[in-house]
Amino acid sequence: MEKLLDIRNLRTYFYTEDGVVPAVDGVSFYIKPGETLGVVGESGCGKSVTSISTLRLVPNPPGKIMEGSEIIFEGTDLLKLSEAEMRKIRGNKISMIFQEPMTSLNPVFRIGDQIAEVLLLHQGLNKAEAREKAIEMLKLVGIPRPEKVVDDYPHSLSGGMRQRVMIAMALACNPRLLIADEPTTALDVTVQAQILDLMNDLKKKVNAAVMLITHNLGVVAESCDRVVVMYAGKVVEEGDVYSIFEDPKHPYTVGLLKSMPSAVGGQDKLDSIPGVVPNPLNLPKGCRFAPRCNKAMDICREKQPGLTVLGEERTVRCFLYNREDGVK
Amino acid sequence: MAELKLNNNDAQIELAESAEYSDTIGKKLKIFWRRFRKNKLAVISLFMLIFLYMVAIFAPLIAPYDPDGTADDVMMADMAPSFHSYQSDVTGEMKTYAPNYFGRDELGRDVFSRCVYAGRISLTVGFVSVAIFITIGTVWGCIAGYYGGIVDNIMMRIVDAIMSIPTMPLLITVMALFKPSIYNVMIVLGLTGWTGIARFVRAEFLSLMKRDYVEAARCIGARDRRIIFSHVLPNAVAPIIVAATMGMASAILSESGLSFFGLGVQPPTASWGNMLMNAQELSTMVEAPWKAFYPGMLIFITVLSFNFVGDALRDALDPRLKQ
Repeated sequence: MEKLLDIRNLRTYFYTEDGVVPAVDGVSFYIKPGETLGVVGESGCGKSVTSISTLRLVPNPPGKIMEGSEIIFEGTDLLKLSEAEMRKIRGNKISMIFQEPMTSLNPVFRIGDQIAEVLLLHQGLNKAEAREKAIEMLKLVGIPRPEKVVDDYPHSLSGGMRQRVMIAMALACNPRLLIADEPTTALDVTVQAQILDLMNDLKKKVNAAVMLITHNLGVVAESCDRVVVMYAGKVVEEGDVYSIFEDPKHPYTVGLLKSMPSAVGGQDKLDSIPGVVPNPLNLPKGCRFAPRCNKAMDICREKQPGLTVLGEERTVRCFLYNREDGVK
Repeated sequence: MAELKLNNNDAQIELAESAEYSDTIGKKLKIFWRRFRKNKLAVISLFMLIFLYMVAIFAPLIAPYDPDGTADDVMMADMAPSFHSYQSDVTGEMKTYAPNYFGRDELGRDVFSRCVYAGRISLTVGFVSVAIFITIGTVWGCIAGYYGGIVDNIMMRIVDAIMSIPTMPLLITVMALFKPSIYNVMIVLGLTGWTGIARFVRAEFLSLMKRDYVEAARCIGARDRRIIFSHVLPNAVAPIIVAATMGMASAILSESGLSFFGLGVQPPTASWGNMLMNAQELSTMVEAPWKAFYPGMLIFITVLSFNFVGDALRDALDPRLKQ
């Protein structure tokens, strides 16, 4: 199947006063049309920077997408487009849902106007049509009394409702790709499942692909087709959701899965991965996970492991699986 | 959502209103007024300002005399205030004169009428120059705060440079170079007063730019101009209103100052400032204090009222002070 989005060797560096932070350092992955890709990792591993790089919204300065990176969307390299062409893609072909529904709606705009804005920008509708469509979108995301809510201000809605509005906004133009940056993290557990179901439903309806960024493995298991695991700015493992959960290869993935609370079997204490994420200004010389890895060998501390292809759509970056191949 | 019973408890009404679904401009105003009303001094000041503006608007109906008309007889110069009308035949025939509430000045002009007409000038100068400097300052601050980096640096250094020039000497020089007139006063005050607002709006932008909804606006492909003026600026409106109110007070003071030095509004047109100038000799304070007292009092009351209202607006509009 053809790839909808193909990110190749993406490197996004931040030039801070203390030094260069390689937030995303040579990340490559792809998304096929209509599929849901989970991007998993701890805070600060570069998940969110990857997503804003895709929309070319990295604050510059201090951030910069380095030469040699490619983000190919429907055959064109987004990094080579002009700013005006990029604006036509944002919100139209690729749209985004944020983590914080409480702050991602503008408090001075009515709900309807916020949804209508994206339609006015990209679909060339007039105000009345945009309002009609906004009501229709609100109905679609399951908001009660949409004719009334369309004229409300955001502060009168709850967090779950606001996230529904964000989803309505994101899907209003039938995008090809929806980037969801931890869409359920800020919500109540009971609402989380509803929002995920809604996203999965609507995604099928409009036939969009989803890049689901999360650190919640439960969310991944529920909605993703494939998974990319990131650690300190690099992809460490990639595979379909079943093989990742059934047979994790990278010690980091293994650790992540172990540290997940289980519904069956009473555990006294949750496992955790010892240590902390390395300081991005002072990354270890070898494998970035080596200092925390319980299977680390001498070579891990000396050289950076390359990607090892284990099978179709299944790769891992670890010396346990290929001891000879190493970069630098 | 369960309906909350409304009673006279303010907090409960606010809770109910922010939680309920409907939300109209009228209701917002109601909430605003409820907060504003708590400051009694500000409410009195607000009515005072409304009163002063009404007097200025309806000046011809209120002033009993022509503000620039000198008295019929030299004996009437520096006449003391009185609330009684009187008759005189100085012009050859018997004539009834309206009471001189605030007395007469050295040319026999009615001080009350002059004060009423001067209010028109002073309040207009305040309004127009504030409109000019709010516009310049807001646009300047928006652009600096939004683009940041080198643009911000250059723009704010220009602001610093302008701020380091002492205002009064600059105003005096500029007014001396150009013909002193009410229009020049407005323009000069407008062109020099915007730096504070620019700093203020920039600071507000720097914090608002970090909000997710700005990022969200970018994500839907909105242009810079749209993000600045439709998404960010409306969120910064409250502090701008407060600054405008305070600016009104300082503009009226500056106008009075300039007119006092004879560089503002030119006689015979009256402004509160140049009425004070007329009354600056020491003998005035002894023999005809009303010439200085009334215009001075009006400046004082107006400026004080603007400041009180500004303070209360800040408290009522600042969402961070919400309970």
